Amino acid sequence: MNFQLPNLSPMVPELTMTALALIVLLIDLLIKKKEILALISMAGVAIVAVTLLGSSGVTFGNMFISDGYSSFFKLIFFINVILSVLISIKYIAIERVNYGEYYSLILFSTIGMMIMASAGDLIVLYLGLELMALSTYILAGFIRHDVKSNEAALKYFLLGAFSSAFLLYGISIVYGLTGTTDLKAIASFISEKGLANNFSLLLSVIFLTVAFGFKIAAAPFHMWAPDVYEGAPTSITAFMSVGPKAAGFAVLGRVFMVAFVSVKVDWVAILIPLSILTMAVGNIVALSQTNIKRMLAYSSIAHAGYALLGIITANNEGLASMMNYLMIYAFMNIGAFAVIIMLRSEGFKGDSIYDYEGLSKTHPWAAALMLIFMFSLTGIPPTAGFIGKLYIFISAINAGYTWLVVVAVIFSAISAYFYMRIVMYMYMREPKVTVTLSTSLPTDFALVITTVAVLVIGVFPSFLVGLARAAIRGF
Amino acid sequence: MEQVIMNQLSYPILSTVIFLPVLGALLILITRRSWELLTKWIALGTSILTFIVSLTLFTDFDKSTHKMQFVEKHSWIPNWNINYYLGVDGISILFVLLSALTAILCVLISWNSIKAKVKEFYISILLTTSFMIGVFCSLDFFLFYLFWEAMLIPMFLIIGVWGGPNRIYAAIKFFLYTLVGSVLMLVGIIVLYLYAGKSFDILELMTKNYPYTMQLWLFWAFFAAFAVKVPMWPVHTWLPDAHTEAPTAGSVILAAILIKMGAYGFLRFSLPLFPEASKAMTPAMLTLSVIAIIYGAVICLAQTDLKRLIAYSSVSHMGFVTLGIFALNIQGLEGGILQMLNHGVVTGALFLSVGIVYDRTHSRQIADYGGLATVMPIYAAFFMVFTLASVGLPGTNGFIGEFLILLGGFAANKLAGVLACTGIIIGAGYMLWLYQKIFFMEINKKIIGLPDMDIRETITLVPLIVLVLWIGIYPNSFLSFMHASVQHLLERVNAGGVQEVNIAKTILEVVR
Repeated sequence: MNFQLPNLSPMVPELTMTALALIVLLIDLLIKKKEILALISMAGVAIVAVTLLGSSGVTFGNMFISDGYSSFFKLIFFINVILSVLISIKYIAIERVNYGEYYSLILFSTIGMMIMASAGDLIVLYLGLELMALSTYILAGFIRHDVKSNEAALKYFLLGAFSSAFLLYGISIVYGLTGTTDLKAIASFISEKGLANNFSLLLSVIFLTVAFGFKIAAAPFHMWAPDVYEGAPTSITAFMSVGPKAAGFAVLGRVFMVAFVSVKVDWVAILIPLSILTMAVGNIVALSQTNIKRMLAYSSIAHAGYALLGIITANNEGLASMMNYLMIYAFMNIGAFAVIIMLRSEGFKGDSIYDYEGLSKTHPWAAALMLIFMFSLTGIPPTAGFIGKLYIFISAINAGYTWLVVVAVIFSAISAYFYMRIVMYMYMREPKVTVTLSTSLPTDFALVITTVAVLVIGVFPSFLVGLARAAIRGF
Repeated sequence: MEQVIMNQLSYPILSTVIFLPVLGALLILITRRSWELLTKWIALGTSILTFIVSLTLFTDFDKSTHKMQFVEKHSWIPNWNINYYLGVDGISILFVLLSALTAILCVLISWNSIKAKVKEFYISILLTTSFMIGVFCSLDFFLFYLFWEAMLIPMFLIIGVWGGPNRIYAAIKFFLYTLVGSVLMLVGIIVLYLYAGKSFDILELMTKNYPYTMQLWLFWAFFAAFAVKVPMWPVHTWLPDAHTEAPTAGSVILAAILIKMGAYGFLRFSLPLFPEASKAMTPAMLTLSVIAIIYGAVICLAQTDLKRLIAYSSVSHMGFVTLGIFALNIQGLEGGILQMLNHGVVTGALFLSVGIVYDRTHSRQIADYGGLATVMPIYAAFFMVFTLASVGLPGTNGFIGEFLILLGGFAANKLAGVLACTGIIIGAGYMLWLYQKIFFMEINKKIIGLPDMDIRETITLVPLIVLVLWIGIYPNSFLSFMHASVQHLLERVNAGGVQEVNIAKTILEVVR
């Protein structure tokens, strides 16, 4: 039998990343100072990011696609890894979970996300999704001696397994109908055989929506998010709120826009109420939260609702706006978590919103940065959050969903209340508890990156918008 | 046809005026926290410098044309066809000047009264100034919206951090009200942008005609933003709280500039962009204006809090402004613009004056005063002038504005004119009643021995006294800025109905 090695060049980033994760795992056995692992991880990810440049192509018989779309998402994942690792270094020492596996698990999880973004086949997609999910389950429960962390991991695992079942069920129906799991082949089969009105096909679209909706934490599949975000180590919450969400959007966009493009009407009709519900649940429930991690969990649900508008438009411009939004969200959300993580110090949890009272008096810089991130999450110019929302709204209105945008802006105005409440506590109340900030060079560095990104993108968004548009070209 | 006159000066004057305060704010940011005096001097220096630079606008402005002047245009975000596009015309130029002047007064009046977080306070004041001037100069919708919204951030902090006892409630209320209005306008802006073939260029958008139903929708979308800012009845409820709880400087900024933005928005955007819808909505707008005039005035009669009274008087006076604007004739519009300026000067001055006694007594209750004319005679004299200007006594600026508006109002709708007049009468009632209670009658024990105004406080009020009398006696030096622009605006609104403009002209001739 003639066996030919497939072209591996489109997979170079994934392969390098896998090698990196294994190296980190091995070095962990040899050294005591785990901070070195963090450095190796970040340097490695930077190298992987460079290999992204020459990786364009399709391999494994269309199962693996490396294009602008996937590369843009991989960029988000890399930024996510680097920023999350930066804010982890001091934090996991405080939590007394300074183990080397932490970094390799983050890397493995990222490999899963990268595979998801590049998946041209439902099986590959599932493979990536499970790799990502399993690694994050462990990371969520990384603080073994904390009950809440254990609870988070177990909940995430059970519900995650449940959503995987939905995904597999959906895939199997598609396979039963079309005899293939290749996204392009599915699309051509549906249009050739006129399956657009097939009930089973609709059922599989619904199942896939449930599975992806779980990953992006869209209501009503969001139930896990608040508990998991609250219980997981804060650095992992930051990591989870960006990475798996972006990966979920990546597959949502690709599967629906490639495989199910001919049943656009159906999935748009499913996603519209989903996005409204997501914005409503996220923004309204967040109003009553007193734990800041929980509040940001609901905020991240709400942001998934805004980003869904980009997919609902069902055109390239909409996808570009969704990608742009997720990139901006990565910066502003991890920035906010970087401030939150600084409040955690030896013997002080610092995750109640009341711990922020009077922060501007005791720590003016931290308060000022938090202020910027809160305004950015609200979407007030001149911050990046505004640009993200503006782009989404422009493309949604252009696609004829003006009424949906009106709904979105009203929810976004409601969201101002809970973001502003943090600002209010920091600036307009007197400090009640003494908060010692656990600052460290890496956290400061992460804060500098995120703040600069939020402000620069807010005023000069050209580069990022151009990048997202270039990435979507030829999708 | 080129609609604008590029900036002929050797430097970009509008950018300078907008970004000088930002520069000052950055300077303050890097000064040491303990050097409070330096902080104050930097703030004062930059605001004075800004004002001096902006005076060039006043002297070099070409009054004979309605075209945008001192225009700067640079490509900014090419992906979305967004330009950094600035310019002023006869409608906006006076507000640029007023904003720059207000900044100086705000810094001066806060000199001793702000003791906590001094650095942050002056940074907020300077940033607000910069964004406000930016709003009046923007000719690109994106840029406009950026300034419009960005202003909320420092203003929210000014009210919430340095305000009175109930400041947090007031700050959040202010923020949410304005935000809800603004985001609806954002949707409107995007709809316009897409309809006009992806352009945020305000002047270009004004040359297009929009379908009537679209105009109606957009008119109300923009109305949401502007009506909250003006504030028109019934979305005015944030104003009394915000005005009352804000520190003196915050109240002055709110009264003098911020609430003018709503009326400015109607003038700059609603009228020329949606002329048919504006005309169709005139009865509704006139009704709302008249309600605001009378309701605001009647509520004033029942106030026990000094600042709250002035706040409600703002609702009433801004009702006059919107009445003038939606009278849609030349006197109404010019009166409206002039009244915006007047209200900025007079109400700003009244809040400054209240701030002066508040610094001494820390009370805003009218009942805590009485006989102040004996204790602080100079102060009483200043306050008298502003009171009379607020009432609209001939010789003060209030008279000119209200007179023009009523003239326009009568021409547009007799009933509206008559009803608005009652507002003036009640206005005279509550202002004189206020003056009497505070300055005459028996001397209240709490205020015995209060020092009269010092030099800093006097300097703060003098420019406003000058403006009150200048506009009152020779309004033409300000009205002359507007003629060409207002004429042009009316032509745009009345495209097809030129007759009306001619009638308005004759009336104006007769009046003169």
